[in-house]
Amino acid sequence: MRIGEHDWNLDPIGRHIWRGQLEVGQLLALAREVKEEGGQLVALWGADDRRLGGGFSIHAAFLTSSGLAWATSALSADAPVYPDLAHIFPQADRMQRATFDLLGIRAESAVDDRKWLRHNAWAEGDFPLRKDFTRLTPHASRLTEVDAYPFIRVQGDGVHEIPVGPIHAGTIEPGHFRFSVIGDRVLRLEERFGYTHKGIEKRFEGMDIATGAKLAGRVSGDSHSAFAWSCCMAVEMATASEVPERALWLRALFLEIERVANHLGDLGYLGNDVALTFGFMQFWRLKEDWLRMSAKLFGHRYLFDCIVPGGVAADIDNAGMIELGGICARIEAEVQELKAIYDEHATLQDRFANTGICKPDLAARLGFTGLAGRASAQAWDARAQFPQAPYDQLDVNMATQRRGDVLARAEVRFAEVHESLRLIREILKRLPTGEIRAPLKPVQAMCEGLGWVEGWRGGVLVAVRIDASGKLDRVHPHDPSWQNWPLLEIGMLGNIVPDFPLINKSFNLSYSGPDL
Amino acid sequence: MSVSLQLAQTLLAILLAPLLMGWVNQCRAWLQGRSAPPITQPYRTLRKLFHKDAVIAHNASPLFRFAPYMIFACMALAAGIVPTIANDLPFSPAADVIALVGVFALARVFLALAAMDIGTSFGSLGARREMLVSFLAEPALLMVFFTASLISQSTELPHIVETLAHKDFAIYPSLAFAAVAFWMITVAENARIPVDNPTTHLELTMIHEAMILEYSARHLALIEWAVALKLFTYSTLGIALFLPWGIAPHGDVAALPLALAAMVAKLALGGALLSFMEAISAKVRLFRAPEFLGTAFMLAVLGMLIHFLLEV
Repeated sequence: MRIGEHDWNLDPIGRHIWRGQLEVGQLLALAREVKEEGGQLVALWGADDRRLGGGFSIHAAFLTSSGLAWATSALSADAPVYPDLAHIFPQADRMQRATFDLLGIRAESAVDDRKWLRHNAWAEGDFPLRKDFTRLTPHASRLTEVDAYPFIRVQGDGVHEIPVGPIHAGTIEPGHFRFSVIGDRVLRLEERFGYTHKGIEKRFEGMDIATGAKLAGRVSGDSHSAFAWSCCMAVEMATASEVPERALWLRALFLEIERVANHLGDLGYLGNDVALTFGFMQFWRLKEDWLRMSAKLFGHRYLFDCIVPGGVAADIDNAGMIELGGICARIEAEVQELKAIYDEHATLQDRFANTGICKPDLAARLGFTGLAGRASAQAWDARAQFPQAPYDQLDVNMATQRRGDVLARAEVRFAEVHESLRLIREILKRLPTGEIRAPLKPVQAMCEGLGWVEGWRGGVLVAVRIDASGKLDRVHPHDPSWQNWPLLEIGMLGNIVPDFPLINKSFNLSYSGPDL
Repeated sequence: MSVSLQLAQTLLAILLAPLLMGWVNQCRAWLQGRSAPPITQPYRTLRKLFHKDAVIAHNASPLFRFAPYMIFACMALAAGIVPTIANDLPFSPAADVIALVGVFALARVFLALAAMDIGTSFGSLGARREMLVSFLAEPALLMVFFTASLISQSTELPHIVETLAHKDFAIYPSLAFAAVAFWMITVAENARIPVDNPTTHLELTMIHEAMILEYSARHLALIEWAVALKLFTYSTLGIALFLPWGIAPHGDVAALPLALAAMVAKLALGGALLSFMEAISAKVRLFRAPEFLGTAFMLAVLGMLIHFLLEV
């Protein structure tokens, strides 16, 4: 595979997915070439390969002009060190810190080497994701000391800090936000996460494939279909199993249903955050109808466990197609009507426009991705540019905006709701007949695979390694929120504190996904 | 006779205030397309809160405990001063409209001090914003009162009501401007949309709610009740100034039943209008609140100018 001027030792292992082993010294050179080409770093994770006779390994997935490049470098067992990538791709920063907290693999000469996922649940020097880690060593400070995290302080006359969270007044996920403000104007926002760290990656180890796929779907519940499909895609790639054509189309159907459900909910929330409760109620009424339709047709409101390794577990019949087509038409008309109300509401437009701006050039430098990235002119959509089946036959229209404010992110959501409804009708029209599930091929030797799906929030990636006995050895699920959370800090600069909930909601990022 | 009438009227205000709140909440729910809570919901909330044990921060000073009683007392006093169903009761001369503004201000000062007392960031944040809103609302409110006072040549509420309701009927264009200004001030002072959102759970956007986050149980109940009473008093104040017809004149006991019925009808109408305005509005950005109140002030001043131009 050529990236820039060099031919890298990467071979295709799937559609638009490349894989290769690099010397650790080459990793930096590859990252530079990707950056020069206009690509991005998508994910970074590590693995403990000592039981396989090696040391550790560092894995990086890059978005390039010819697809996703998955590069792996072996690291020594005694001093696992790799070159810092954060000075090329700033989004690597938190992933590098998390990799160190979990595995003890250090990015050499990284500017920011503070802890990230480790609060006080395990001691410094314990690395839970190492294979020889069995249980937490009791340490004195675990419960008595508070998590001493060195926030970056802003100093000067009249500056003060507002700590918000991790417990919030509403029922949302836990995260800590540290505002440095003068009056109500925000000088700096710093995030602190990891409160929902559940040890998911550790839990995957030794799991059988079917259970693993279920767990993958639960990494971040609102993106169930995206994670479940990614995990299944990875497993199927690893075992070289074929998936029936109809199952692939149904997976796309589930993914688009999930996208519509989340966008409807978010559009309602955006209205609620500017106290236009009317909009909130209307969009949530539509979302509720939509979820009930899912429950009726496929057995679960959020389509849990509909996507399984080898195919899908839920089918749609003719009556169901007619019902789904009908509700699509109704929701499309109602969303159109509600959009007109949002468009003409002066106060709402005033609140949305020019709030929380992430400028396109900064967005490109920091690796803004997914839905929020597309609102800042980062025109990446795996469904349109690197389509997996059946998207290669569907011709997805990507929605982009240049303004990068709350309004732009709302507009992208509106456009994607319409596009997804169109895709759903297209899928229903062209749904192939046949089986919906095929058994996976038995595992003969250790094998690897990678799944990559454009979820509603952005690109979801799941890397899987299966050992010779057919159990999962290492699974890394990557949520696009990893890249986008730092952009929220940027988007908040210069805005006022009471606009934070609105800006935050316009991103609507996952806490559980990156906390793992 | 008139003392017992005064007591009855004050008691009525205190008891009916949560009902007005319940009515506004009910109307708003209907207009938003939700099924509404019962109109008696605020009473149930108060009852629930009074049955709970109060949780108070370790570093709270006596001021923090005392403030809810003070705030409630201020609102009860204000409710006693405003002619609700009968005019010229014994309490009325105790304070004219300017002193009334002072009573509201006293309650606000205590609330803001109590909010800062605990030292949480949200408390001081709310107190700061509350002061931003109120220091703009107060002068506008005074201007509204001055317009009415110029017409009746007195700052005493009984005189104003007497002049507007029981003397020869006259149309005052100045009062139309003052009424709009008063509406805007009422919305801002009572923490309603578009200035504040009374139902939000987003602590960073709150104004009034941020100040009372640390209160619980009976303290919270008293504050919630005072909030209802404040809305009730502002409503009756608006009615006394701009729609006084029906308020019983001094000593006219026979007119009381009709006055009560007229008051309930006017409050129901006003509550419905408030919830309608809330349903169609979104909350303005915090730093637009000064513009909103600046408009109110300008309208109130215009009302006064028009009085001098057209009515003298």
